[in-house]
Amino acid sequence: MAKTLTHLERLEAESIHIMREVVAETERPVMLYSVGKDSAVMLHLARKAFYPSPPPFPLLHVDTTWKFREMYKLRDRMAKESGMELLVYHNPEAQERGINPFDHGPLHTDMWKTEGLKQALDKWGFDAAFGGARRDEEKSRAKERIFSFRTASHGWDPKNQRPELWNLYNARKAKGESIRVFPISNWTELDVWQYIHLNDIPIVPLYFAAKRPTVERDGMLLMVDDDRFPLKPGEVPVERSIRFRTLGCYPLTGAVESEAKTLPEVIQETLLTTTSERQGRAIDKDAGGAGMEVKKQQGYF
Amino acid sequence: MADIDTKDPVYVTDALIAQDIDAYLDQHQHKTMLRFITCGSVDDGKSTLIGRLLYDSKMIFEDQLAALEADSKRVGTQGQEIDFALLVDGLAAEREQGITIDVAYRFFSTEKRKFIVADTPGHEQYTRNMVTGASTADLAVILIDARKGVLTQTRRHSYLAHLIGIRNIVLAVNKMDLVDYSQTRFDEIVADYTAFAQSIGIAGFVPMPISGFKGDNITGRSANTPWYTGPSLIEHLETVEVATAVDLAKPFRLPVQWVNRPNLDFRGFAGLVATGAIKPGDAIRVLPSGKTSTVKSVVTLGGDLPEAIAGQSVTLTFADEIDCSRGDVIAAADAPPEVSDQFEATLVWMADEAMHVGRSYWLKLASQTVSVTVHQPKYAVNVNTMEHVAVKTLELNAIGVAQIATDRPIVFEPYADNRTLGGFILIDKITNATVAAGMLHFSLRRAQNVHWQATATTSATGSTRTWGSPRPTGSRTSAGSARSPS
Repeated sequence: MAKTLTHLERLEAESIHIMREVVAETERPVMLYSVGKDSAVMLHLARKAFYPSPPPFPLLHVDTTWKFREMYKLRDRMAKESGMELLVYHNPEAQERGINPFDHGPLHTDMWKTEGLKQALDKWGFDAAFGGARRDEEKSRAKERIFSFRTASHGWDPKNQRPELWNLYNARKAKGESIRVFPISNWTELDVWQYIHLNDIPIVPLYFAAKRPTVERDGMLLMVDDDRFPLKPGEVPVERSIRFRTLGCYPLTGAVESEAKTLPEVIQETLLTTTSERQGRAIDKDAGGAGMEVKKQQGYF
Repeated sequence: MADIDTKDPVYVTDALIAQDIDAYLDQHQHKTMLRFITCGSVDDGKSTLIGRLLYDSKMIFEDQLAALEADSKRVGTQGQEIDFALLVDGLAAEREQGITIDVAYRFFSTEKRKFIVADTPGHEQYTRNMVTGASTADLAVILIDARKGVLTQTRRHSYLAHLIGIRNIVLAVNKMDLVDYSQTRFDEIVADYTAFAQSIGIAGFVPMPISGFKGDNITGRSANTPWYTGPSLIEHLETVEVATAVDLAKPFRLPVQWVNRPNLDFRGFAGLVATGAIKPGDAIRVLPSGKTSTVKSVVTLGGDLPEAIAGQSVTLTFADEIDCSRGDVIAAADAPPEVSDQFEATLVWMADEAMHVGRSYWLKLASQTVSVTVHQPKYAVNVNTMEHVAVKTLELNAIGVAQIATDRPIVFEPYADNRTLGGFILIDKITNATVAAGMLHFSLRRAQNVHWQATATTSATGSTRTWGSPRPTGSRTSAGSARSPS
């Protein structure tokens, strides 16, 4: 017998192993579901890990009310298909104060996402939360453990991480502490695309090129997804053939001009492109070169 | 920069991607994966080498490159040239200090393989990081500065890689450009290293003259070293045998992680196959109970599989209703692993607080978690000289051999035979910190190394196992992987 597992088969097996360990060793796990392609893969892996049972934890969407409309549609559909409970959380303070990406800059991410996530985890008492972050995405993530501990106040201490050996994960923690678990840590962007392709995993249509109304601001191509988008004097949305490499809040997510309408075409473009995935995101540029590291210490995923 | 040859055959994927994406995807889909670590001292050019591998495999994008060029001029150590090391120095604190302080994982791929690199620091106080990075590696690249030769650190890294059971070792003699690509110098270093490697039991290694900075013998054979006839680093990494292939030849073992019971009609046992293979109809034995059954199906979301092999995460169902839960090990019925509660083990201490002899810790091995006490170490190993030293305890980064006793029997195999059933961690019961990594050598008591009776049963209660008679205490059942030269 000469069968050798391919890299995708090994990555899949590792991710499933991680999810089962969490379910076996924690009390109240939850899967953070952001509706992007990484979340799509993570959800698919969860369904594989526990089949024929549905994944024994709910999906949590920490919403900002500013996601693309197509994302909300797919979110609701996937929750139904997977047979999992969908929890949606809105930070009440952010809602009350009308925090939005146009008027409030970094405060928008801080209040809706960072604070919202902490509040949601506290509200339901989750002690482990799966996230779809990958180590190839960003420098500080390359050094984060698969089981990443958070203090009772959700802080991350990069210098005090538990060593992770073999595939043994130490899930023990004190009351109030929680773990962020990253089951697809070792996947690259290409692995994610390829896996979606091979397994026919549903993703938000925004990843494929189509004519969409756009405006150009600060070198970023933004999509006018609904009428809350405040146009500046003289600004007129222009139809362009665009797609997204990464999905977040629509006013903060830059599109790329593209004609890639199928998954192989998207992968082709991704491979030939010369700008990295997170460049379309404003968050990494805050606080100089260490933006994400600082945000993680504050409790951002 | 100018000497980077992007037309190198290892990376001529662009044309295929542009012309026939389906063919490319098909090729990529069939790639295997190799995990390796790079070990070197602070100035051996380790980060530069990894940065070079990422750069050459196009894992660096234009925006990152622009940032890199700017950073190189600002804080780089290579004058006006690109400082590849800046690519992999991740956290803000270490960029200021100019050193790498933790294990980081990097990814790149070539036509044939995907690679995961554990980048581990070379500082003495960070033994634990190297052991951590090595624990998942199939191969180790030991870096040597050609000007300096075999140093204490080289010996330490090699010892640790060997201790953790890495069979494939590459001796990368780096910075060959700074010794005029001298074959004499290279041969001298290889001779030195050979003597040392033999003395600690390293059976073989692959030496190669490289320059991470200039790119010699990284992706292709360098014209600067015509006297070198071996493979380039990438050629070797692409063809060396991966550990999962070796695991497949061993008897079947699957530590049960989780029991899947969606309804009364289905009971499945979920886990990652550690070694061997299994198919429906195969006889299995559940340890430690010893009960037997046969496999009914290998269940996955995509349909039942004809077979499950080492490295796959699957769910098994049995023909009989026998007790089986998390912590149990499903094994080939005719070749079960041993069960014991006293062992000799190598421990690598990883916590600031030293080991407390006699204190009770949690021991986690595969999916088994039990209470354990550690006896006073027989000896510690000086990682610089490999000498055995008498000690009362183990401090941070110390490596020693000790007896341990668990509060109930666990299913195990010697680490040298099976990393999954022989490797463990110790967890502090108060702080919950992972305080040590360990590798089992052998059982010190064979009372529970039984000869199983035929016990196929459908009764849900009552143990039907029959223990064999005890054998003399202290008999060795297997050689340890971690013995030092005598």
